[in-house]
Amino acid sequence: MSLLELKNVYKIYGELHALDNVSLKVEKGEWVSIMGPSGSGKSTMMNIIGCMDKPSKGEVLLDGVDISKENARSLTAVRRDKIGLIFQQFHLVNYLTAVENVMLAQYYHSMPDEKEALEALDRVGLADRAHHLPSQLSGGEQQRVCVARALINYPEIILADEPTGNLDEANEEIVVDLFHKLHNEGTTLIVVTHDPEVAEVAQRTLVLRNGKLHKEIVNQNFTGKIHFDDMQEFRKEETK
Amino acid sequence: MKKRQMYMRMITASLMRRRSRMLVALLSIAIGATVLSGLITIYYDVPRQMGAQFRNYGANMILTDADGSFTLSDMQQGTAVIPADALVGAAPYRYENVRIHEQPIVAAGTDMAGARATSPFWRVEGEWCSADGQILVGANVAESFRLKAGEMLTVSYTPETAQTQEDETVLDNTIDLEITGVLDTGGPEEDYVYMSLADLETLTGESGTIDVAELSVSANADELSSYVDRINASVPAVKAHLVKRVTASETTVLSKLQALVLLVTIVVLALTMICVATTMTAVVTERRKEIGLRKAIGASDRSIIGEFLGESMMLGGIGGVLGVVLGYVFAQQVSINVFSSSIRFQWLLVPITILVSILVTGLSSLLPIRSATEVDPALVLKGE
Repeated sequence: MSLLELKNVYKIYGELHALDNVSLKVEKGEWVSIMGPSGSGKSTMMNIIGCMDKPSKGEVLLDGVDISKENARSLTAVRRDKIGLIFQQFHLVNYLTAVENVMLAQYYHSMPDEKEALEALDRVGLADRAHHLPSQLSGGEQQRVCVARALINYPEIILADEPTGNLDEANEEIVVDLFHKLHNEGTTLIVVTHDPEVAEVAQRTLVLRNGKLHKEIVNQNFTGKIHFDDMQEFRKEETK
Repeated sequence: MKKRQMYMRMITASLMRRRSRMLVALLSIAIGATVLSGLITIYYDVPRQMGAQFRNYGANMILTDADGSFTLSDMQQGTAVIPADALVGAAPYRYENVRIHEQPIVAAGTDMAGARATSPFWRVEGEWCSADGQILVGANVAESFRLKAGEMLTVSYTPETAQTQEDETVLDNTIDLEITGVLDTGGPEEDYVYMSLADLETLTGESGTIDVAELSVSANADELSSYVDRINASVPAVKAHLVKRVTASETTVLSKLQALVLLVTIVVLALTMICVATTMTAVVTERRKEIGLRKAIGASDRSIIGEFLGESMMLGGIGGVLGVVLGYVFAQQVSINVFSSSIRFQWLLVPITILVSILVTGLSSLLPIRSATEVDPALVLKGE
């Protein structure tokens, strides 16, 4: 059984089909990128997978349970227990320190544990910045806090929406390295991005266009940061 | 770490690290609590303040004879029933017909200190009598006989036993007294002369009795009635009466004044609630994105309401404490400027102000917080 399965999922706003009959599967421990240009339906898919929205039609099976029929309260519980979210804008609570931001996720999930939160910050290389406020951290550091917060409750899936969209190259590399580390530890990663360099390091890249699954690129040589031919081909298409 | 500890850590962090934002809200709450606490203090202190003011209008209780012989000792038994802090003054009066320059005049023998306390509206041109051998003359008497302060005045008295005899002058008692002042009251007192009870007793040759005692008591109408009942029940030699003209008008003015202050308090409370609600709506609205984030990472609506409400209530509590202190200062200033006397601190107002402040802030925040929990996290996190 796949960890996540979308079956004929539609999201329709009036005349607009933001998602149009999308079906996909994500296996446990897999690293999948979702790519596509603006308006291709990436964010809609991210919201549906992240239990922040429901499809107009179709099924979304997470761990075998159809979450498309769940109410708002149940979806909150699914988000809390099974999904770790990473955002492009970081979205840290500005008056809480880095470690308190990590503990916030623990607080809603089970029980806050400062020691464990500090260890999570240590994993993302921010042990010495644990007691700084977000305003005292660089963009890259804030995103690493966001990663620590996403992984603190050992979620089934880490869902990242444009995680490097607001980062410079050096910080982008740090975050991608963190993803490698998490993947090696067995975490399932779904990364929504429009940056081919970020997408191409995943095991598999799903390309969306006009709400449909346009292409699926499998990284045959997945070992870490290897660029592959299919992705280069995709880039050429994109730049045309 | 326990959940409750994290809860408190989040609330205090929000209040302490968002100081400039929270200060605006706190200011609004503290001003509301200040005005509320100040007005309630004034509301409760008005009877005491006005009671003291009303005592300027003269005696509000009279003791008269009940058993055929009214003595100073009877009066003292009567006044002993009234608590010492409520008794502003008590003055015994004995009235006799005397003659000044062969003209009949009513003379009153009294305790001058008591008379001064019970009748603070009396205006004396010159000095009050401070010892025996002195006399105050009413303005009309002074005008009739062209009397002035500092002059000596001979007062004559014909004893009742001599009045049946033909030659009155031989039997007249006389006493020479120094005029210390001329009494101006605008009332019948201007036709009388006032001397010490001891001088009148010397003049008449009879001592021990008085006609009436005037009492000035600082109390409300119910308390006054209860004192009257207690005196009538416990001192058989004395009959106590209320001066209805004074007590009734005091009650009317007091109740109208208190109603006015109460009305103002209610209006201010309503305005405070609106002001606090508006501020809290603004505070919560600007944190919609944070609420969206909390929802996205798994916070339930109940949890979010609990956190924001806790924050508001803590703010309300701090505002309430500030309100108690500033409200007392406010009430004190009003009291000094309006009533020219300081106000009593109402300890009961401490918990009341803090509780009302917490409740008003909590209720004002509830509505915007509830509407904020309806935020769709996906929209907020996208920056829409």
